[in-house]
Amino acid sequence: MQFVAKLGGAAEGSVTYIGGLAQLGWKSLRLLFVSPLKRGRLLNRTVHQAMAVGVGALPIVSLITFFVGIIIALQGAYELQRLGAMQLVASLVAISITRELGPLITAIVVIGRSGSAFAAEIGTMRVTEELDALQTMALDPVAFLVTPKFLAMAVMMPCLAVWSDFMGVLGGCLFGVVGANFTFGSYVIATRDALVAHDITTGIVKSLVFGLVITAVGCYEGFSTGAGAEEVGRSTTSAVVNSILLVILIDVVFTTLFYLARGTA
Amino acid sequence: MSPPAAAPVIEVRDLRVQYGDREILHGLTFEIFHGETVVVIGGSGSGKSTLLRTLVGLEQPSSGAVRIKGVDITKASARDMDAIRKKIGLAFQGGALIGSLAVGENISLPLIEHTTLKPTTIEVMVRIKLEQVGLSGFENYSPAQLSGGMRKRAAFARALALDPEILFFDEPSAGLDPITAAGIDDLILNLKKAYSMSMVVVTHELASAFLIADRIILLDRGAIIAMGPVAEVRDSPHPRVRQFLDRVADTSQDDDVDHLRMYTEGIR
Repeated sequence: MQFVAKLGGAAEGSVTYIGGLAQLGWKSLRLLFVSPLKRGRLLNRTVHQAMAVGVGALPIVSLITFFVGIIIALQGAYELQRLGAMQLVASLVAISITRELGPLITAIVVIGRSGSAFAAEIGTMRVTEELDALQTMALDPVAFLVTPKFLAMAVMMPCLAVWSDFMGVLGGCLFGVVGANFTFGSYVIATRDALVAHDITTGIVKSLVFGLVITAVGCYEGFSTGAGAEEVGRSTTSAVVNSILLVILIDVVFTTLFYLARGTA
Repeated sequence: MSPPAAAPVIEVRDLRVQYGDREILHGLTFEIFHGETVVVIGGSGSGKSTLLRTLVGLEQPSSGAVRIKGVDITKASARDMDAIRKKIGLAFQGGALIGSLAVGENISLPLIEHTTLKPTTIEVMVRIKLEQVGLSGFENYSPAQLSGGMRKRAAFARALALDPEILFFDEPSAGLDPITAAGIDDLILNLKKAYSMSMVVVTHELASAFLIADRIILLDRGAIIAMGPVAEVRDSPHPRVRQFLDRVADTSQDDDVDHLRMYTEGIR
């Protein structure tokens, strides 16, 4: 019985949490249109966030997805070689990177860099009363802090995902040229033939949703920070853990939906 | 009775505030009039910070009314509340300057967002406000580069930015050395002379309270135990008032235990 009660409590907690995220997202969207801030400031803060979230993540996202591209190619080649189907390496890399790994790995990197930073920034502002200060100046903290982050993420996450697709394919190409009798040109053609536009848009849609979820969790955790420096650490940790969990969950749902939609087509 | 022209700028009626099951403020009633400086003093855990937060709308009372310029902020819509917030300034204990903005940008923030003044005018106003608090030339410093006393001064300048009708100070001299604290007291006295605004100062520093106050409200365990002009409170025979003013320690540890219970109650 106690187990059931605990399970019920956890379920209730999760629903409250998701509700909190949705509320924050909805409020930010509303404040995008009826912002108490001047347009210039909103744009300024969004660009600033976009630089930090997107451009700042480029080197590490490039490096990681490039290596993941090589890994997928190597792992794939291991099996494909036995079937004598080495020429399929290019399409294996192309599809797994664009549909799945590009957006997912980008999301994980962005969680580590930006989701945690959002929670730490807003949490520290809670502790130092800066959030209260914004409120007493009649400047809504959500409009001031969260709306620009949502905007920046909604723009930058898909861009990063597309870039990571490119870098992943480039990684696969390195293996293709060195280890599988491809030339650069033939690898690019093989990749192009393997991909349809739908593969890329699937990844883009996913990464957009990931970006919104990461922002919502990071900011929500920041706002729910209690008093003291230790609490900032706690909310940063939960931001990272909960974002990863939610991103993976959403990925399962999306991938299932896309799979079912493909089956009926 | 005071004539209607002298309606209070802040009117508090039977104000009660609760955190969880624990009531922090037990039905406070007082008024603050135009141009008056009222100092709220009390020990730690007396509820003075909670009172300040409730007066500016950061905490919701469990019952009672807080009327600022006639508007009950406990029932005001978000829009009305924002309108009131533009008429008040609050200088936080630690300054609470936005860390990502320079000192000058902190002060221009409410001016840019809430007025239609030209950028050049705003620049001049920022310079004037900083000069008033003795921080000329610090526009481009980041808040982290300032000392504690300077951060408080910068926070005063920001609170003054919109020329508020009511200015609130949270522990203006807490955590400062005596000389810097005296400087802050002088600054508050100068502001009092320069502007005809009402000021509410929350502090536990007796010397500073007696120096800057027109009236004193002495809070103890969430209730007002003395209220009136400085001399009246200073000469009050009330035993708790005497204990506070004469700095006599409590014989038992009840206060500390009570204070702890305030945080732990409801946690099991």
